[in-house]
Amino acid sequence: MEQNHTKRQIKVTRNSLFEQGYLDEQFTQLEDLQDDANPNFVEEIVTSFFSDSTRLIRNVETALENYPLDFCKLDDYMHQFMGSSSSIGAKKVRNECTQFQEYCKARNDDGCIRAFQRVKQEHATLKRKLEAYFQVSL
Amino acid sequence: MHQTPHFPFLSIPTRFSISLMDPPELHVLAVDDSTVDRKVIQKLLQISSFKVTVVESGSRALQYLGLDQEKNSDCFGDLKVNLIMTDYSMPGMTGFELLKKIKESSTLREIPVVIMSSENSLTRIDRCLEEGAEDYLLKPVKLSDLRRLKDTILKTGSQLTGQTLTRKRKHNSDPSPKPDYHDQTPSPPSSPQQAQTKRARL
Repeated sequence: MEQNHTKRQIKVTRNSLFEQGYLDEQFTQLEDLQDDANPNFVEEIVTSFFSDSTRLIRNVETALENYPLDFCKLDDYMHQFMGSSSSIGAKKVRNECTQFQEYCKARNDDGCIRAFQRVKQEHATLKRKLEAYFQVSL
Repeated sequence: MHQTPHFPFLSIPTRFSISLMDPPELHVLAVDDSTVDRKVIQKLLQISSFKVTVVESGSRALQYLGLDQEKNSDCFGDLKVNLIMTDYSMPGMTGFELLKKIKESSTLREIPVVIMSSENSLTRIDRCLEEGAEDYLLKPVKLSDLRRLKDTILKTGSQLTGQTLTRKRKHNSDPSPKPDYHDQTPSPPSSPQQAQTKRARL
């Protein structure tokens, strides 16, 4: 009984991540690559992602403190961020990165700063949700 | 005893002999500066039964391929490389620059090079194909992309000609069903056609 409840929980949690747009099809592609030989593959990839992205966030924060803003550098960081977000299917994070890049192209200081706040927010939310998901599913 | 070939294309002369009863494991050198992407492509390739070596930069790739050093061409890393897959946007040497260097090398130019990129840009795709890229895959790369790639490499025995590209790029006019080439974003059909025409004229 206990086990069934957990299984259902896992399914519900997972589905809501997709339904609410946090994750997209790419996450499923990663799950498909997981097998008995590599039962923690998805979690490993996600851990790698958060390790990389945390570093990138710090880099962007530093760059946003130096005026005039180096939009080239910022765009470069965001491109990397967006790339890895895409690779794990982090849909909302990726979308916020795109917004940020738009402001970079427009050389809009305030826009960049605001957009980056949203990137950080979505990033933190996703981290929380995925950590919770892996907790119950592994 | 005469071994009956099961596949018609066995009659096409190949530059190296491979037993198609027992497909060899192709060795792929994957190049990407992103840790996440390296892990993913490695897994994708392993699942698709490729032998994989992953490196993080173009210069490392050239080192592995033996181009960078004073070593003679016998030192090709551990194994002969049958395919190179490289990210386009990398710091230092871009995937495009790596592609150029490989195609300019007499020892390496025969190795097919595939570009991976998140950009669905006609100009970029054209440039890469013109420079001799075997294929241009949109990231994130899928298992189906690798399946298709593997088929191509095995069939042509990694000897690429304009012919191969022409055959592959006909996904608009080709009556036979093919997997969707750019299945995530709107496909730019004119670009591959243009690339195909340019190739034919060369």
